[in-house]
Amino acid sequence: MTSPSITTSAVRRELAGTSTDWRGVVFGMLLLGSLIATLSVLLAILGTQLVQGWPVYASRGLDFVTAPLTSDPAKAGIGQGLVGSILIGFLVALLCFPLGIVTAVYLEEYAPANRLTNLINVNIRNLAGVPSIVYGLLGLTVFVAFFSALGFPNHGRNIIAGALTLAALILPIVIITSAEALRAVPLSLREGGYGVGASRWQVTRRLVLPAARPGILTGTILALARALGETAPLLLAGAILGTYSSQGGIANLLTGPYTVLPVTVYDWSRKPQAEFRELTAAAIVALLVLTLFFNAMAILLRNRYQKS
Amino acid sequence: MTTEAAPPASLAIRVPVPITSADPGNADEDVAPPATALELRDVSLYYGAFRAVKDVSLDIPRNRITALIGPSGCGKSTLLRSINRMNDLIATARVEGEILFHGENLYADYVDAVEVRRRIGMVFQKPNPFPKSIYDNVAFGPTITGYKGSMDELVERSLRRAAIWDEVKDKLKQSGLALSGGQQQRLCIARTIATEPDVILMDEPCSALDPRSTLQIEELMAELKQNYTIVIVTHNMQQAARASDNTVFMTMADDRSGYIVEQGPTLQIFTNPTNRLTEDYVSGRFG
Repeated sequence: MTSPSITTSAVRRELAGTSTDWRGVVFGMLLLGSLIATLSVLLAILGTQLVQGWPVYASRGLDFVTAPLTSDPAKAGIGQGLVGSILIGFLVALLCFPLGIVTAVYLEEYAPANRLTNLINVNIRNLAGVPSIVYGLLGLTVFVAFFSALGFPNHGRNIIAGALTLAALILPIVIITSAEALRAVPLSLREGGYGVGASRWQVTRRLVLPAARPGILTGTILALARALGETAPLLLAGAILGTYSSQGGIANLLTGPYTVLPVTVYDWSRKPQAEFRELTAAAIVALLVLTLFFNAMAILLRNRYQKS
Repeated sequence: MTTEAAPPASLAIRVPVPITSADPGNADEDVAPPATALELRDVSLYYGAFRAVKDVSLDIPRNRITALIGPSGCGKSTLLRSINRMNDLIATARVEGEILFHGENLYADYVDAVEVRRRIGMVFQKPNPFPKSIYDNVAFGPTITGYKGSMDELVERSLRRAAIWDEVKDKLKQSGLALSGGQQQRLCIARTIATEPDVILMDEPCSALDPRSTLQIEELMAELKQNYTIVIVTHNMQQAARASDNTVFMTMADDRSGYIVEQGPTLQIFTNPTNRLTEDYVSGRFG
């Protein structure tokens, strides 16, 4: 038998390997670098706006959040924009989610696998890629014109028309993400349901939809977060750029002039007065908080459902 | 062919012996043959233009275990799934011939596939309990058929009959997915018998399980056949020899369609097959 020490060290050298995997190391560093770059961009956006906008919150706080739009920068606030954004969020969810989810259920569970279904799926994907301003044009020529023809005030430029516009914009996205969530439910679950004598509707409602719920929730909330940030379509479809007075009451809220946070940001960013720089930044911070809130809710809900 | 005595009915490789009596198989049974639960008459199954199963005619006797054996891809699972119309879920699947259940053709126009599946249940290869509690898994079938009696009793009875009640009676609210593989499969069996079917179809129910669970399920099958008719597809020849009363041997023809080579009492198929192909398969020369 050879001396143990010689054998051990030779084996040890072989096991330790000779060269390091330089390409692997470089690749890992590139990945880390791109992660840092992405995070830096996000932090830069948040940071610069926070720094610039903080004085507004520090000095005016709640007043800024509730005050209406005026031409006086010392008194202008995001109140109308915030209310508009929240209300339009509700309306878009109401209009878009049931329709989108039911469409996805039909396409995935009921539609026969033929050319027509394929055509529909392809076209929905196309619609998801259409520029948002085109949806704004749709909103103006169809929804606003509709309300105007019916004699609604403000030439039909109300928040319902705006909500319809945004709902049309995110409907393809809701359909696609819901369909993906349904497709991800394993066939074995459906077979188990059919095997004990459930009908297609019973399998869909009691087995498939509950299983797809986390995916559908995540997709729809993220789509809503996106809709809340859209500016161009609403500019066309009737959000007010500039000041307006909003009377109280539900009817006026729904049929009267309205604006949303992103439009407020756009409006203030174009104003020449220097004080509006701070206000713009502060409004951006509010918008980011709103977006982050929805994204966080999506993640929380998804995590909660994944655990159970 | 040598004329040595057949090895004991165990796991030994079978050596075929020439027929020495005029009536192999049923010689030691002195009861009348059982009634038939299912009859298949000239059944051919197609996926589009491709014929997967060719001209199958077969009687499934009541309260017996019938095994479908044969090499991979010869259409056993397709045939099994056509019995409870699970193949309806596949758009290109097509059936020719008749499958008679109590004399009624299951593929007649007036037949509702959902009703068929309540009377002919299925247990799948990989255990697939619902992501619900154990109780809700078993109660699912009866709930959707509008069962009006005591659900607690039905659940307990089904879990007892599936030989899993003692293991889960204290944790009925726990998720069905938290059980082990063998337990999950027994839960699936309980779920299937909760709808009180006549026939239970089993598509390789033990192939994803360890040997101990496999044995448990085979013992369970022997008990279940008192109340149900069982048809099992299995790759495991020894399992078919151990657990079944009748065996149907299928294989693939040159055009890749499956057909029945031989069928009969299990003892006869394994010790005294009449067809050369059957002999080769059960003695392990191909498969």
